[in-house]
Amino acid sequence: MRYAEVGYNLEIDLATGNIEREETDPGLIAAHLGGLGTSVKIHWDRVGPEVKAFDPGNLLIFSSGLLNATPAYSANRTVVTFVSPQTDLLAYPMMGGFWSAELKHAGYDKVILSGKSPDWIYIWIDDGKVELRDASHLLGRGAVETQTLIQEELGDRNIQVAAIGPAGENRVFTASIEQGRSSASRLGGGAVMGDKKVKAIAVRGSKDVYLARGAEFMNHMKAVTEYVNFRNANPIPDVMTILSGIGSPQEMVHTDEKWHTENFMWGNARTRRREFWTDEISDLWASRQHAAIKRLISCYNCPQHCGALISYGDTPRYMAKCFGKLTYAMAAYVDDLDFSWRILRQATEYGVDSFSTPQILAFAVELKEAGILTDADFEGCPEDNEGRFFWLLEKVAKREGIGDVLADGVYYAARAIGNGAEEFDHNTIKKHEQLPLKLGTLDPLYFLMYSTNEKISITQIEGNWPQAAFPSREQRETFVKDWPQLPEETWKEWLLEWEIRGEKAIPYWPTPDISAKIVDWMEMLHNIDDALCICAGMASFCLKPPYHIHNYHLLISAAAGVDMSEEDVKKIANRNRNLHRAYNNRRGMTRADEKPPEDHWKRRFPELEEELLTTYYAHKGWTYDGIPTRERLEELDLKYVADDLEQRGILHHG
Amino acid sequence: MAKVTKKVKRIKIDADKCNGCRGCEIICSAYHATPRYSTINPARSRIRVITNRLEDIWLPVFAGEYTAAECLGRDVYVIDGKEYDECGFCRAVCPSRDLFKDPDSGLPLKCDMCEGEEIPQCVQWCLNDVLVYEEREEEVDEEFEITMAEAGVDSLINQYGLDKVADMVARRRKDR
Ligand code: SF4
Ligand code: SF4
Ligand code: SF4
Repeated sequence: MRYAEVGYNLEIDLATGNIEREETDPGLIAAHLGGLGTSVKIHWDRVGPEVKAFDPGNLLIFSSGLLNATPAYSANRTVVTFVSPQTDLLAYPMMGGFWSAELKHAGYDKVILSGKSPDWIYIWIDDGKVELRDASHLLGRGAVETQTLIQEELGDRNIQVAAIGPAGENRVFTASIEQGRSSASRLGGGAVMGDKKVKAIAVRGSKDVYLARGAEFMNHMKAVTEYVNFRNANPIPDVMTILSGIGSPQEMVHTDEKWHTENFMWGNARTRRREFWTDEISDLWASRQHAAIKRLISCYNCPQHCGALISYGDTPRYMAKCFGKLTYAMAAYVDDLDFSWRILRQATEYGVDSFSTPQILAFAVELKEAGILTDADFEGCPEDNEGRFFWLLEKVAKREGIGDVLADGVYYAARAIGNGAEEFDHNTIKKHEQLPLKLGTLDPLYFLMYSTNEKISITQIEGNWPQAAFPSREQRETFVKDWPQLPEETWKEWLLEWEIRGEKAIPYWPTPDISAKIVDWMEMLHNIDDALCICAGMASFCLKPPYHIHNYHLLISAAAGVDMSEEDVKKIANRNRNLHRAYNNRRGMTRADEKPPEDHWKRRFPELEEELLTTYYAHKGWTYDGIPTRERLEELDLKYVADDLEQRGILHHG
Repeated sequence: MAKVTKKVKRIKIDADKCNGCRGCEIICSAYHATPRYSTINPARSRIRVITNRLEDIWLPVFAGEYTAAECLGRDVYVIDGKEYDECGFCRAVCPSRDLFKDPDSGLPLKCDMCEGEEIPQCVQWCLNDVLVYEEREEEVDEEFEITMAEAGVDSLINQYGLDKVADMVARRRKDR
C-alpha cells in the first residue's frame, strides 16, 4: 500500500504513442519527497545536458506533489518541469487550480511526456485509462475555450484540463499552460508542450488516495486550521496590505494599487510614476475592478480566494489571479484598468505569461521609438497605446512579422534585431524577463535571491522574511513577538537590529553571513512546498504562514507513514536543491550567470556583492563558481552527482 | 399516530460565498472512510459542489434519499440569469445520473449529517461560512425512517432483483 503518493507514473512516448503505467520506487519519498524533488531526479537521470528544449529527448513532466489530494489545505500545485527554450536550464513553473488532485485520483503521481507526437493530440486520462485523441479541430483555439471544448466533447464538466493556446502551438518562449483559474506560465512550458504537439491534458479520477495515519494527520491539520483562521482575522500590522495576509497576493480583492503603480516601473521597466495614484485614478480603478469581478474563487481545497471569475462587459468570461491585472496596463502606459481586463482575456486565450510578455511588447515599443524597429516592422499597427499592445500581442502569439523575433523574449530578440537593441535588454536575468522593479540601494537578501535561485523569478523565492526593515524598534518588537515560523529564536535579533538607515541598514545589514542564512531558509521553504505541491501563498511566499519548518515534518510523517524529523525534511530539501543546481551546472550555469540587471539598483556595491555571493556559496557548500562540492554532495547522498560532475570536468577533483 | 420529538438538523447553504474549493467533498469522504480519515476521494463524498465556473455556478448539494425510479419530468432553474443543470438542486440518488453513487459498488451515498459529531465535518471544514449548521426540535408523527442500510438493500434489489438478493442473503446466513 502506498500512502499520500499514488505510486505510479504515467509514461507517454509521444512519437510511438506507447503508454505505460510505471510503478515508482517507494524509497523516493525519503530521498526526494515528491513533486519537484522527484521530477528533478527524473530529469537528472534521463535528460543529458546536450538535450535542448525542442529536442525530442526533452521531457515535459506534469507532477503532483506528496500532499496533493490529502486534506492539507492548499495542496493543489501542479509542477511542470522541462528544459526551458529561454534559459536552456531546468524550469519548473507551477500552477494552482484543480488538476493535480484529479490526476492522483485518476491513479497517477506524474505524467511524463517524451518524444514528439507526429500529429496534434490531446491526452485524456480517465480514471487510469489513457487515450491520445485527435486535436486537429482544436488548433488555433484559445487556451480557455479549449478547456471548455474538451469538457463538452467528453461530456463532463468536472474534467480538469490543462491546455495551451495559439502561443504554445507556435512555440512562443513565454507561452503558458492554462488550467481553470491558474496557469504554469514562466519559461515556456507552453512552447515545449506545443513543440510536442500536445494541445491539452484532460484528467478525471475517482480512486482513493490513502493516508497512513489519518487521524493523526487530521489532528495536525486542526492546529493548521486554527492558525489559518487566526491569520485571516489578524492581518500583520505595519506592512503593506498586500503583504499583511496569507494566500497569494490578493490582487482581485484589493483595489488600492498606489504601491504597485508608484513603485514598480512602467513601460519596459523604464519609468517610475511617483504621483500616479490620484483620487480620481483610485475611484476609476476601483469601479473598473468591481465591474470586472464576478466572484472570488480559490484553488482546490483552499479557504482563500486569490482568483476571480472575470465578467467584464462584452469581453468573454475568463478567470484571473495575481499581478496580471497590472502588468499590461503598466507596460503599455495605459492609465485605465479597463484595458487590463480586456487584454488579459486575450492574453489568457493566446496562453502567454503575463509577467514576461508585457515587457516584451513594451521593449518593442521602445525600439520603435528609438528608431531601431521601423515603420515597416509596425505596418498596420494602430497608433494608440492600447491598440498597439493588442496588435503586438497578436503578432507575438502568432509569430507573425516582427512578432516572430519578439516571441523568443527580450534577450534573444535584442540580439537578433541588433543595431543597439541589446541596450534595451536591461531587465533580464539568465535571459528571463524579471519583475519591472528598479530600486535605490542594493539589498543584500534580494541580491542573493535574484542572482542565485534556480527559479529565476524573484516572486517565487522570497517570502518569510520581511521585505524591508521596520522603522521603529516598537514595530520590530511587535513583529517578532509572535513568530513561531522562524527556524531559531536567535534570528529575531537580526530583525530587531535591522534599521532603515545607518550601519545596520541595507546594503550592510543583514551582513553577508546572516543574509546567506536567511536566503537559504527562504529557499528551503520553497523547495519543500514545491515537493509537496503546497501553494507558496500558504507557506513559503508569505509572512507568518500556516505551514512552516516546524510543522511540515509532522504532516509528512502522518500522511506518508515515513517518519521524518525536521532535520530530515531540511536535508531532503537541501538534496533536491543541490540536485537541481548540479543539473543546471551541468548545462553550463556558473557564477558568471548569477547577477541581477546592471540598473536594478542605482547604488551598487561591487565588492560587497562579490562577498555576498562567495559567502552564500560557501554556506551552501558550493565552490567559488557556484557548483556543489563533492563533500556537500556526498553528505546529501548524491555521490553519483559528484562523480558525474567530475567526469564532465565541471567539478575538479580535490 | 404517536408524537415524538425529533431533532431537526439543518445546514444553511450560502452559495454566494462559495469559492469552489471542494474542501467539503474532501473532508466528507475522509470522515466516512474506514478507518476514519484513512482515504480521501471526493467521488465518495455525500456533498458535491456542482460547478460551472464560467457561468458563475458553485452550488453545494447534499446527498439525499435513494430513489429507484427517476422523475417523469425534469426541471431546469434559471436564477439571476444563470441556468442551473437539469435537476440541479435535487439531492436524490437517482438512476438518471451518477451523482452520489459509490464509484466502486454503485451503492447510494447519503448525507447522515455526520451522525455522532456535534457539528458536521463539512461545516467545520468550510472556512468561508458557506455551510452553517443549525439545530431545532420539532414534534412529529412517529414514522419509519429509512436507514442507510435499508437504502442500500433497496438499491441492490433494484439492481439485481428481489429474488437474487434474497438468495444471496439466504446463502450468507447458511455460511455463518
Ligand atoms: S492561497 Fe490562493 S493561490 Fe494559493 S491555493 Fe489558495 S486560492 Fe490558490
Ligand atoms: S468547503 Fe465551503 S467554500 Fe469550499 S466548496 Fe465547500 S461549500 Fe464551497
Ligand atoms: S454533513 Fe457530514 S455526511 Fe453530510 S455532507 Fe457534510 S460531511 Fe458529509
